[in-house]
Amino acid sequence: MRRLLSGNEAVARGAWEAGVAVASAYPGTPSTEILENFARYPNVYAEWAPNEKVAVDVAVGAAYAGRRSLATMKHVGVNVAADSVFYASMTGMEAGMVIVTADDPDMHSSQNEQDNRRYAKFARIPCLEPSDSQEAKDMVAAALAISEQFDTPVFLRLTTRICHSSTAVELGEQVPQAPASARFPRNPTKYVMVPGNARKKHPVIEERMELVAQFAETFPFNRIEWGDMEGGEGKLGIVTCGVSYQYAKEVFPNASVLRLGLTYPLPPELVREFASRVDRLIVIEELDPFLEEEIKLMGIHCEGKSIFPMLGEFDPRVVRESAIEAGLLPASAHVPVAELDKPEIPPRPPVLCPGCPHRAVFHVLNKRKVPVTGDIGCYTLGLLPPLSAIHTCGCMGAGIGQAHGADKAGIGERMVAVIGDSTFFHTGMPALANVAYNRSNVVTIILDNRITGMTGHQQNPGTGYTLQMEEVPPLELEPLVRALGIERVKTVPAFDVKALDETIKEYLKAEGPSVLIARDECALLPSARRRWLPLRVVADKCNGCTMCFRIGCPAILKSDELDGKTQRPKARIDPSLCTGCEVCAQVCPRDAILFRAQVEA
Amino acid sequence: MNKSYNFLLAGVGGQGTILASDVLSEVALAAGYDVKKSEVHGMAQRGGSVNTHVRWDAERVYSPLIGLGEADVLLVFEEAEALRYAEYLKPGGAAIVNRETIEPITVTSGGARYPTEDEVRALYRDLAGRFHLIPGSALAEEMGNARAGNVVLLGALSTLLDVPAETWLEVIEGRVPPKYVELNRQAFLKGRQAME
Repeated sequence: MRRLLSGNEAVARGAWEAGVAVASAYPGTPSTEILENFARYPNVYAEWAPNEKVAVDVAVGAAYAGRRSLATMKHVGVNVAADSVFYASMTGMEAGMVIVTADDPDMHSSQNEQDNRRYAKFARIPCLEPSDSQEAKDMVAAALAISEQFDTPVFLRLTTRICHSSTAVELGEQVPQAPASARFPRNPTKYVMVPGNARKKHPVIEERMELVAQFAETFPFNRIEWGDMEGGEGKLGIVTCGVSYQYAKEVFPNASVLRLGLTYPLPPELVREFASRVDRLIVIEELDPFLEEEIKLMGIHCEGKSIFPMLGEFDPRVVRESAIEAGLLPASAHVPVAELDKPEIPPRPPVLCPGCPHRAVFHVLNKRKVPVTGDIGCYTLGLLPPLSAIHTCGCMGAGIGQAHGADKAGIGERMVAVIGDSTFFHTGMPALANVAYNRSNVVTIILDNRITGMTGHQQNPGTGYTLQMEEVPPLELEPLVRALGIERVKTVPAFDVKALDETIKEYLKAEGPSVLIARDECALLPSARRRWLPLRVVADKCNGCTMCFRIGCPAILKSDELDGKTQRPKARIDPSLCTGCEVCAQVCPRDAILFRAQVEA
Repeated sequence: MNKSYNFLLAGVGGQGTILASDVLSEVALAAGYDVKKSEVHGMAQRGGSVNTHVRWDAERVYSPLIGLGEADVLLVFEEAEALRYAEYLKPGGAAIVNRETIEPITVTSGGARYPTEDEVRALYRDLAGRFHLIPGSALAEEMGNARAGNVVLLGALSTLLDVPAETWLEVIEGRVPPKYVELNRQAFLKGRQAME
């Protein structure tokens, strides 16, 4: 049966067909949908782990126990998991294990565009890269087989364009795998990486990669597609991988192509043979010159990043125009783009949604003019005007440590750190333990919207449900924060502007660390949607003072009606957007916005 | 059948561009084309600018993305977005634009100006071989559900392609809940009428 599947859906299908029994992940764009889809297959175990390192350890444990396993994450998740990836490379395992790294060229939803093929080389593990959804599915089975043959974890590297493109896939049947071993392996020389064992293991993994390189020579996903050698493109040879293969085929339909499905380690003989039969060897790959460097290390001349960009995502146009500039294609290959005399187009930036429970916190922080170290989540959007209340955003869990460091450096202001509930469970907890242990005056605000929001509503330890919707005791923040050593802890409803302001004011003066938990559901959760009730502006009372505009709510609009005295536009509320969170009603100095009770009356 | 089509669908998050591109892709498979669909979106937010690339080819689609100047058809759900993505259209290509304005926050509470319908018309008069401003949202609202505006637009789009209406309707019926099947059927037919 042929079906259109996204790359992520295809990986989930491939994992199920290949008998993956345990899968663990932390959500992260563009990888999230892999586990969401895998979790729906029968007789599999799938979970959201608190972070990517835990996810890899879980997959390792399952593979030690003899079951095929999977861990998935976005590219920067591998940074978090790196320690575990490296030991797993040293130990190997009893059954196949695949780590999906979903890289994000062009940073559609990320803080950097690191090329994780570097990790494959760094950690001495093989790396597979599919070019479409069919390969994304099929390569899961191939990766597991390589994992078992060579006793190593295997990377399956996707990119956003593979993850989020749908292409036709021929579905297969599930291949039964052996059940878990009855007994956990007792094999200290293999699994206990103390220095004495590790020293013996290091040459083994170096030799292993030599063997994988030999294997790569005949691996079916590495293939040469000989072109029309007499054609207009002459004897051009293209080495490519991943989605770049598609652009190469589109732009150079007659060139010879060496398509690498296994991009680390490279097959030296295959590359040499290909290079020897073409006149000009070029490498088309997004991001880093990874294949290019490997080929050059073989002593083979090739061109890559001197022609094609290292930054951002490719498309056929980027590849074509770069090729024309380098003389690989004639100027006549240029595809004209209309020179348009366009009027100014209003930007449509991402903003905090109407009814977002983070808005009131940022309104107060902006008013208090405090420095705020931020974190990764929807709330990073608190940086945008008019709220303008986030001053750093680096990576998951960074904000609390940054605030502590600035405080210890003797900065002349009180530091505030904001972090979401899921991010706090991810890597915020050790940083808060440090604040408590080493005593700084940091005010930490946990924005507890009861869900992992930005990636599209995934469960986390605080929600009371697992990925496969088993009901579990929720991890409660208040006792957790106290147990970490913070004595001053208060939970405030996230839409209560006055209570937030009073608590933040008090905490900014207090000696020692404090934690404010601002709690209310994400406005887009089904349970929150049921409470939506649009508010109204009483036009007679509004004088256009702009206070409500300054909370940056998309539901509050400037009306066409001007106030007689101030000549400023009065506010109006878009009933199709307003959820009735009442933050605007609370900041209005003239009681011109009706509260829910008034609207209902 | 035509050898290939490149479609660019654009709109504002929540307008149903994803469902429309899903339908457009399944219709391709049903009609015997190879197809690729690529959702290009940043951080998932209500109200953000979203676009999807859909490519049909009678033999094989390689790239999942369309480059600037390579779209045969633009199907745009909102007027300002029609201006934003205009460079994707192949000069002389077809553009179907929903007569709908959704002001972004940069207009409602910032200083930015929302373009006029005349500006949209003027731009496409020179650029497009065929330009249709279709009141998709209004037609759907008349039928009692503004959310079916995306299917009205698909109906309009279907008149440009050599795939029978029945194929489209079968795909649409397979994708919407039973109680909305008749509404969407009518919405699709309205869209076809709007192009007459």
